[in-house]
Amino acid sequence: MMDRGMSKRIESIKFALLSPDEVRRMSGSKIITADTYDDDGFPIDMGLMDSHLGVIEPGLRCKTCGGRVDDCPGHFGHIDLAMPVVHVGYIKDIKKLLQATCRSCGRLLLTRKQMEEYSKERETIEEMGGGYLKIQMVTKETAKDAAKRQICPHCATEQSKITLDKPTTFREDGHKLTPKEVRERLERIPDDDLPPLGISPGVARPEWMVLTALLVPPVTVRPSITLESGDRSEDDLTHKLVDVLRINQRLRENRDAGAPQLIVEDLWELLQYHITTYFDNQTSGIPPARHRSGRPLKTLVQRLKGKEGRFRSNLSGKRVNFSARTVISPDPLLSMNEVGVPVEAARELTVPVKVQDYNFDTVKEWIAKGPTPEGDGYVHGVNYVIREDGRRIRVTEKNAETVAETIENGYTVERQLKDGDIVLFNRQPSLHRMSMMAHEIRVMSHKTFRLNLSVCPPYNADFDGDEMNLHALQSEEARAEAKILMKVQEHILSPRFGGPVIGAIHDHISGAFLMTYMDSKFTRDETLHILAPLVNLDKIPKPKIKDKKGEYWTGKQLFSTSLPKDLNMNFKASICQKCDKCKLEDCENDAYVKIRKGEILMGTIDEKGIGAFKGKILDKIARDYGPDRAREFLDDATKLAIGAIMIRGFTTSIDDEDIPKEEKRQIAEVLRKAAKKVEDLVEAYKEGMLDQIPGRSLEETLEVEALQELGKARNTAGEIAGKHLGLENSAVIMAKSGARGSMLNLSQMAGCIGQQAVRGERLSRGYWNRTLPHFEAGDLGADAKGFVKSCYKSGLLPTEYFFHSMGGREGLVDTAVRTSRSGYMQRRLINALEDLKVKEDRTVRNTADTIIQFKFGEDNVDPSRSVQGDPVDMDDVLLEVLGEADYKLLEVEKDIAGYGEKEKDMMGVEVVDEALSSSEEDE
Amino acid sequence: MAKKDTVNALKKRNLGAKVSSILADAGFTVTSLKKASFEDIVKHISKEDATLVFKKLGREVPSVKKPAKKAKEKAKAAKKKAPKVKVKIPVKIKLSPKEKEIDGLQTKMGLNLPLSVVRNLAHRIEGNKITKKAMKDILSKLNERYERHLIDPNESAGIVSAQSIGEPGTQMTMRTFHYAGVAEINVTLGLPRLIEIVDARRVPSTPLMEIHMKRENVTLEDVKQIASEIEQTSLQDVSDIETDITGMRVVIHPDADKMKEKRVLITDLEKVMTKMKGAQKVEMHKGKKSEGGAFFTLKSEKSSYKHLQKLVETVKDFKIKGIDGIHRAIIRRKGPGFVIYTEGSNLSAVLEMDEIDPTRTKTNSIQEIYEVLGIEAARNSITHEASETLREQGLTVDIRHIMLVADIMTNDGDVKAIGRHGISGRKSSVLARAAFEITSTHLLQAAITGEEDRLDGVAENVIVGQPITLGTGAVNLVYQPQKKKGRGK
Repeated sequence: MMDRGMSKRIESIKFALLSPDEVRRMSGSKIITADTYDDDGFPIDMGLMDSHLGVIEPGLRCKTCGGRVDDCPGHFGHIDLAMPVVHVGYIKDIKKLLQATCRSCGRLLLTRKQMEEYSKERETIEEMGGGYLKIQMVTKETAKDAAKRQICPHCATEQSKITLDKPTTFREDGHKLTPKEVRERLERIPDDDLPPLGISPGVARPEWMVLTALLVPPVTVRPSITLESGDRSEDDLTHKLVDVLRINQRLRENRDAGAPQLIVEDLWELLQYHITTYFDNQTSGIPPARHRSGRPLKTLVQRLKGKEGRFRSNLSGKRVNFSARTVISPDPLLSMNEVGVPVEAARELTVPVKVQDYNFDTVKEWIAKGPTPEGDGYVHGVNYVIREDGRRIRVTEKNAETVAETIENGYTVERQLKDGDIVLFNRQPSLHRMSMMAHEIRVMSHKTFRLNLSVCPPYNADFDGDEMNLHALQSEEARAEAKILMKVQEHILSPRFGGPVIGAIHDHISGAFLMTYMDSKFTRDETLHILAPLVNLDKIPKPKIKDKKGEYWTGKQLFSTSLPKDLNMNFKASICQKCDKCKLEDCENDAYVKIRKGEILMGTIDEKGIGAFKGKILDKIARDYGPDRAREFLDDATKLAIGAIMIRGFTTSIDDEDIPKEEKRQIAEVLRKAAKKVEDLVEAYKEGMLDQIPGRSLEETLEVEALQELGKARNTAGEIAGKHLGLENSAVIMAKSGARGSMLNLSQMAGCIGQQAVRGERLSRGYWNRTLPHFEAGDLGADAKGFVKSCYKSGLLPTEYFFHSMGGREGLVDTAVRTSRSGYMQRRLINALEDLKVKEDRTVRNTADTIIQFKFGEDNVDPSRSVQGDPVDMDDVLLEVLGEADYKLLEVEKDIAGYGEKEKDMMGVEVVDEALSSSEEDE
Repeated sequence: MAKKDTVNALKKRNLGAKVSSILADAGFTVTSLKKASFEDIVKHISKEDATLVFKKLGREVPSVKKPAKKAKEKAKAAKKKAPKVKVKIPVKIKLSPKEKEIDGLQTKMGLNLPLSVVRNLAHRIEGNKITKKAMKDILSKLNERYERHLIDPNESAGIVSAQSIGEPGTQMTMRTFHYAGVAEINVTLGLPRLIEIVDARRVPSTPLMEIHMKRENVTLEDVKQIASEIEQTSLQDVSDIETDITGMRVVIHPDADKMKEKRVLITDLEKVMTKMKGAQKVEMHKGKKSEGGAFFTLKSEKSSYKHLQKLVETVKDFKIKGIDGIHRAIIRRKGPGFVIYTEGSNLSAVLEMDEIDPTRTKTNSIQEIYEVLGIEAARNSITHEASETLREQGLTVDIRHIMLVADIMTNDGDVKAIGRHGISGRKSSVLARAAFEITSTHLLQAAITGEEDRLDGVAENVIVGQPITLGTGAVNLVYQPQKKKGRGK
């Protein structure tokens, strides 16, 4: 932990190749035996588990540094190879070097002039900050040019062709080059000739790419595990090193004994194989080395590479302590800034508190109460006391009081969470910054995390078993940042589109609708019931309606209590019918919302008012009144809405989709006619009388027209059904107010489900020339190609059910493919843009200080502060300066559509008729 | 370019770090040092150091004019080589009188409102009388709000943008759809299209053009004529092709209706046919009207069935007229005029046509726009295509995020992909590259080239466990508590 003063920073990391000398120098021990432990279970000297390489068992001491398990980081060892062996990772570079240099004098096969030219080119690129890719291109070019030359310009030796026999054998005109010969050649290349080939001789001599000494990683890198049975199981790397040692030993013995060349070469090649697979067990061209069980070994490259590799799994992301995970569930009474935490979790998670004069006595009291203090409700205890030397003392019921006596200033105490502590709350996948926000905790009984429903949209959470993670912050700095920057209320406005991502959903919207639609009114009892949960309400407004029966409050009036007192705005609600000419104030659907001085004068509050993504009021309050007021408003508004919905009652059931007999008959008639029309089309097609759409084949024309006809039929059926589903219907209320579902959903339930499609076409696959054996081969009619006449309420016919499943399956596959594809795209985007930041002069630069934009977004406006993309709210300013009367003159009919307006066609069959009717080609 | 690179380059030449950084701070680069006079350099560093610099740069002390001369000569040669191209660059954006008035007023008031706000305001108050006082009031109020909405320094704009574009990706569809208004043409939309754009793919999977006419009052007949010149027409589109095996020849019967539709004349055919390769003899026969009129016969160079077969294939796809790469052209009425939509794209060829309006003609191929119109146009095209793709899906993403992506893709002067072969592969940090993709290769290469990771970026610092240099990590705050009097030692 960085406790005081400025923290140290690593300035840079240099990469270099290890020379055999350096390998030997940094080695803690030379390894010669392939054995690991002796009979007593102690590491054998000069074996692979030599205690010079570090310790993995508690109690033992490292022979190199004398440290114990936790202190000793481990030390490298080395194996002296009997014969040199090439390094697989550099095989291409070795090939390049061999081809580009002279076989006898070792010079680069370029004239002095050429060399100078290439050097210059390389230098300019380096100077311009061209990056590694461009330099690599030049060095490649250099090598290619050099390899072309047949005769050495320096010593006039004729060159022969060098080929690489994958994976590791070099041949010169067909003769094998042993690694030893390769190494000798590489040794001959002078330092000056290396930079043009992209090798920095100061840190990497080419002959080091042919190994004579193999570095053995510390035992801490490859710890052996003791199984339950008491047997030891060695790490994959140790296994591989054992192989290397065995063959190395045999090779040495054979060579020294003067064994036939053939045998030595075989062993040499075997050694090469083992070392190759030790580095990379997925080298193409050779079979991977396997464990006894048949599983391929995980060697060095495999450890680093890929998603589960060291880089992405352990270095770019790390596991943490002080975190908790459990199922989430809703709690409408919490503020959106809060999160309910189960007692069990709160007792386990801790926050470090430094003991100082100012808190000495309080902390002492905490400790004395032990880890599970009893009291009124939840009282936090202390789990650990950490002394200044770093020793941790666990506080238990028994030792609590004695430990409390021993504390001194400078001790750290790990205190359990208590109400008001700030924590981070996160749900995967973390697609944007709103996926991890700071909440204040409320310790509660029961075992789930509780959260306010308005924060579901940013987390994309629901309660069908979702789990979330919670992190207790450990430093003052982190807590301050979390509180100021990461709190939920600071993220109401999304940086993606400059509108609210946090807002009312589902019942909040239905509730607000019921409360404010037309002239709903509430009795005194009801009013009190609704207003009771509001914390900041100082007085109850005067009732608007008074008649013989008593006093009544209007819903609009009640909702207004949550609004700021000087709020003015106009907008159209979700229930707006989108008439050709908007009647504004005279709207008979109560869809034109007008708020003056914090009073709703007219209009209905629904999704466009307070909904997540679309809420206009929310948007304005968050931008103009600040996050605190916005949080207050949303907490209040949702409580009001829930109060209202509880009084009015709200339910939907299957009878919401009931339609009268006459309409049912009409729908059946429409569908029958449509089927007939399709029949006619098919007939025309078969007789060749169908008018071809230009640029389409006859079959395609038929499909397009049939699809269009059936689409129309579905829509008409929906309209007929919709006519009888009015706003007295709960399902319709939900659809129209934007709480949940759409009119399309309803028409599918009550009217007709419509055409099923796979890849945007009518269903066609299955049997030969037909979809199911229920139809005749070649039947192109509506029923045979996946038109579902039934509605969900009446139930589907067996064939229809099958077709519906086909369409459904496509959706599932689509989702599965999409998530992985978009995930990868996002990873690439983040990787490409992660280094960009806005500098003090508001230019956007990357970390190499290259300017990407001179002005962020061309106007320096923060998208999360923008007014739905605009830098400033022009209307607002004009209204403020000119006053209502003058402003009226300037008011332009704006498309007051919100964000994400387009209603998606659930069944994937798009409406083509519009596109076609507008086509005017070829009269 | 950047100072850092100069310092590195100088250090590589075994110059001290201090001298290098002084020189770099003075604005020298290695090339300019090579040209600079001894006196110039001595202004910044000591004589001894300057001598050393000269030596390390391979120059004699004091400077010899030779290298400078050479460089001059080279520059001259380069100048001569460069072709003369007249490029018209619009210097200033044209403002309407009202806009000018507002812009003038705000400059007088010392405000700094962006052009978009000025334009919007001008548009709103156009034709209305507003007192000067009210105007000033409006402007200062606007400015106040604008300044409140500015982005914070050290904001990690890149990550926010990447997330804002990536996050809605999960909500997009994956299928191709019909182009809005033109049922005949399929276009890739949704996620695949977005991926295509950030990948900087050479050819989009469904290339598409929208061609406007220069004259407003063109007739349908005219447009049809133009369309027929754009659309690539092959022989089989206008004729029936038969293989006469007994006569070892290919017989082409032009179809009068189709010819008329595609606006091809028999004389055109005749002219074109002579250019056909692989055919030995092309003959035209004047058949009787009742038998279908004139027809052509072709004989293959060698009389074997194989060659005959081959000939038939070449004849079928033989291009008679049109622009390469444009497979279909469809005419639509749009507003008062007509628009030609095409499947396939060939911007350079279409722009050369006289009848079309080059300022309104569009293609969805970003690479083509880059090649024909340059990098700025490509950048605008990326912004436009990406935001249209998102908008079409009903998703709102702030244009600023998309612009940032477009800007980083086009930062170096050519269009680079987001990913391993583009931006990510070009990062200077070894660790960042290794953490992204192809880990081992990067590490191994870094070792032989002796690379140095300076830990500037985000990924690198995460890897070594240091605070990153964005946001709150970009600043350091040191607090020195004051000792209370009388309590110290």
